[in-house]
Amino acid sequence: MNMDRRIVFILVALAVIIPMLLSVNLPVSVSEPTQKFYDYVEALPAGSTIMIAFDYGPSSLAELNPMAKALLKQCFDKDIRVIGITLAVDAPTLISALIQEVAAEKEAVEGEDYVFLGYRPGEVQVILGIGTDIASVYDTDYNGTAISEIPMMQNITNYDQIDLLVDFASSDTIESWIIYANVQYNQKIAAGVTGVIIAQMFPYLQTGQLVGLLSGILGAAEYENLVGAPAKGMQWINVESFVHLLIVVLVIVGNITYFIHRSREE
Amino acid sequence: MDWNLIGIWIAAFLTLSIYSVLYQDNPFYRFAEHLFVGVSVGYGIVLSIYQGLIPFAWKPFEAAVTGESFIGFIKLIPICIGLLFFARLSPRHTWLIRYPIAILIGFGSGIAIPNVLRANIFEQTRGTIEPFADIYAGTLTGWGIFEAILMVVGVVCTLTYFFFSVEHRGPVKWLSKVGIAFLMIGFGSAFGNTVMGRVALLIQRVDFLLGDWLNIIS
Repeated sequence: MNMDRRIVFILVALAVIIPMLLSVNLPVSVSEPTQKFYDYVEALPAGSTIMIAFDYGPSSLAELNPMAKALLKQCFDKDIRVIGITLAVDAPTLISALIQEVAAEKEAVEGEDYVFLGYRPGEVQVILGIGTDIASVYDTDYNGTAISEIPMMQNITNYDQIDLLVDFASSDTIESWIIYANVQYNQKIAAGVTGVIIAQMFPYLQTGQLVGLLSGILGAAEYENLVGAPAKGMQWINVESFVHLLIVVLVIVGNITYFIHRSREE
Repeated sequence: MDWNLIGIWIAAFLTLSIYSVLYQDNPFYRFAEHLFVGVSVGYGIVLSIYQGLIPFAWKPFEAAVTGESFIGFIKLIPICIGLLFFARLSPRHTWLIRYPIAILIGFGSGIAIPNVLRANIFEQTRGTIEPFADIYAGTLTGWGIFEAILMVVGVVCTLTYFFFSVEHRGPVKWLSKVGIAFLMIGFGSAFGNTVMGRVALLIQRVDFLLGDWLNIIS
């Protein structure tokens, strides 16, 4: 039996649209990797510095923007200073807008509470360069202000002054951060990644090379829940559950139909 | 003129154009696809010039020429080596490309090999064995002990599957079969997470269409 694949597309569309219109709310529990991530940030004292690498472009906004927003809110609430950078060439405009949106909501001051340094080409060279001197890689921030004129960067030279590095990644950049920043400079790293690469990241969590891990839209929902700022992550994971349910049903129906068809042929 | 509104309508049109391929291939889909590729490449090139070429090559060189800082002249060395990549355009001078490639491979290997070995081999081996020290010390729960043993069984069996120096017969065959089972579970997990990621992309676009464009949801 062959079903027109467009019927599957319509079913998936309905499984997304109907729960979204009805605003269904399902409970969200918190997994251990997300809890570890949250606890580590929560334990940092006010005045600490986190470097966030927003290593994703428009195609991964759906999964990574919600968790990035939740972390930024937590940092600004706790007076943790944020240095934003990106290794993705198509990210700077989007990330700049994202940081400014959260900063405006939390009344964080640019240059004092946060700074966005933008993009520099050469993944490994950037990671290693930050270990020597941030100013050797980023002489200005994204707006063109000289790094020597930014108040919060006055006492920050390299990884020694960064308490945690967080990589929000949709590709293998997280492995580069681990291989060069963690191994060479002993930098503590946490990660938020897309569902596609999450399976590759768990070994690093088990060994402690990652201090915490957020997995896709589920990780975003869990983190929003912990931070106490429910937003798109929690809204979308509810819809996601209905689509997953539909896919499981389709897989079961497909297999039953296949076996019936095969037994009839025999 | 409300540019934000115009932006939302353009984004909605392009989103629907891309999803229209689910019905069948059509000119709207091809227009949106080509536009995406063109804009992405153009944006990438412009950004690489302004965030890479100008601050790291042009400005230091300009400063050296104007006498501000002579360090720019030193940067001429890597700039010239980098320009050798264009030697490929001339059949007579193609051999010159070997120099920048040799430097890149030399630098890349030298910096990567010790770090990769430590991050992906030594640390992972330590992570696999370390729980047994906790078992010996009596600090692991029953579930923790099970996890530690399962992990070692998984690692040994999966490595056995990729061990081709002996014929897979007898005990080796069964170890490798267990290894295949672990691999299948790994692939299943990766596939499930991939589905989650792809569905999230759809949800975000539907959220945009129903919220920002049609204002049906808040």
